[in-house]
Amino acid sequence: MGYQMEWGVIADNLPLFWEGLLITLKISAMALIFSLPIGIVAGLCRISRNRILSFIATAYVELIRGIPLLVLLLWIFFVLGRFLRIDSFWAAVLGLAIFSGAFVAEIIRAGIQSVPRGQMEAARSSGMSYVQAMRLVILPQAFRKVLPPLASQFIILIKDSSLASVISVVDLSLVGNNLVATTFRVLEIWTFIAAVYFCITFSLSQIVRYLERKYRVHE
Amino acid sequence: MISIKNVTKSFGTVKVLHDINLEIPQSQVFALIGPSGAGKSTLIRTINALEDIQAGEILVDGTSVHEKKTDINKLRADIGFVFQSFNLYPHLTALENVTVAPINVKGIGKKEAEEKGKELLASLGLGEKFASYPGQLSGGQQQRVAIARALAMDPKVMLFDEPTSALDPEMVKEVLDAIRKLAGTGMTMAVVTHEMGFAKEICNQIVFMAEGRIVEVAPPAEFFSNPKTDRAQDFLGKVLNH
Repeated sequence: MGYQMEWGVIADNLPLFWEGLLITLKISAMALIFSLPIGIVAGLCRISRNRILSFIATAYVELIRGIPLLVLLLWIFFVLGRFLRIDSFWAAVLGLAIFSGAFVAEIIRAGIQSVPRGQMEAARSSGMSYVQAMRLVILPQAFRKVLPPLASQFIILIKDSSLASVISVVDLSLVGNNLVATTFRVLEIWTFIAAVYFCITFSLSQIVRYLERKYRVHE
Repeated sequence: MISIKNVTKSFGTVKVLHDINLEIPQSQVFALIGPSGAGKSTLIRTINALEDIQAGEILVDGTSVHEKKTDINKLRADIGFVFQSFNLYPHLTALENVTVAPINVKGIGKKEAEEKGKELLASLGLGEKFASYPGQLSGGQQQRVAIARALAMDPKVMLFDEPTSALDPEMVKEVLDAIRKLAGTGMTMAVVTHEMGFAKEICNQIVFMAEGRIVEVAPPAEFFSNPKTDRAQDFLGKVLNH
């Protein structure tokens, strides 16, 4: 017995998909915006000579990397969420930002360490403080080098945001799940949703490619 | 201007500088020469605290470099340092390389810093290269930008750590010419170098180092014609007769 494709289910439910898409974009964007400063601070702390700072940052990275995102989201929603009285949307943003921040931290650390030591020496020799040298010389170079891995990380973040559906955030994938339950159009709905996710992530990688070209270090 | 007193330095358990004493008066140019591993580069790097020391004291214009209370950033702003590998900032243009420290460390206005930077670059024969990135410049041009970058801070002393060792032979001259010109202005300088002819011609004193010690200090005429120590005779025999 063949499966008859019925794409009408997509067209009929476009407003629902649209709302889900907006939630997915919102969660991803918020988590991305928060995970960048978290990652930069944690990455800088990891290479800090201050043992306490570097210990805390290392513990954060190792702990978070060792916990499945699904478990982290559930824990934040049910445990922290109850304490802080945050709703599922913010629990998802928080969970994704903390999770992604740990990976961003490692990317930033690797980026900073890939800048030759002579750069810091030259900057400090001219009288710059450590912070000035980081801001004016090291981080701008590190940022250019980490753009590609950072883009990958943010693409993963967008896709991971679909896990927010387990704490009942009505994002694109939960909209899909609900529609499948009522219409049974499994193939059409998940194919469509896969295509939408691809469009988002592909747009992001195009933006990053543009940034890479724009900020390319002239070799 | 630079006084080095009883300085001792170790990397872990390996002692690389043994009780170094050296006095570089104002407006004098000293060349540090000797076989590799002698500690020349390490010594010059201790003068602006790129390397720490285990014992002794270094004074630059009366300020103790390794004293905890010393504002090292302020002191370093007065000490120009030129590296073997240039270490230009690859994400900045030649002019930005020269102006970034005056603007951010000394608080000089952008316009004024740029005017001065252009003047400096032009005086080093880089008048056409303001907007070039380091990657677009030859080694000799890069090193001259690095010299301009150091001079832009109006330093009291200039330190050169093998400034021509990473250059192709045909570019050595343009960099040495720049340093020669600078020596003519009365700048106090210490230069680690393997260019014996250059050392002979422009330096007031030759400091010969071997195995982490200063073996001999003498004016070039005396050092090159009549080295006192066996170690220096042996070294000169190897570098001059080939």
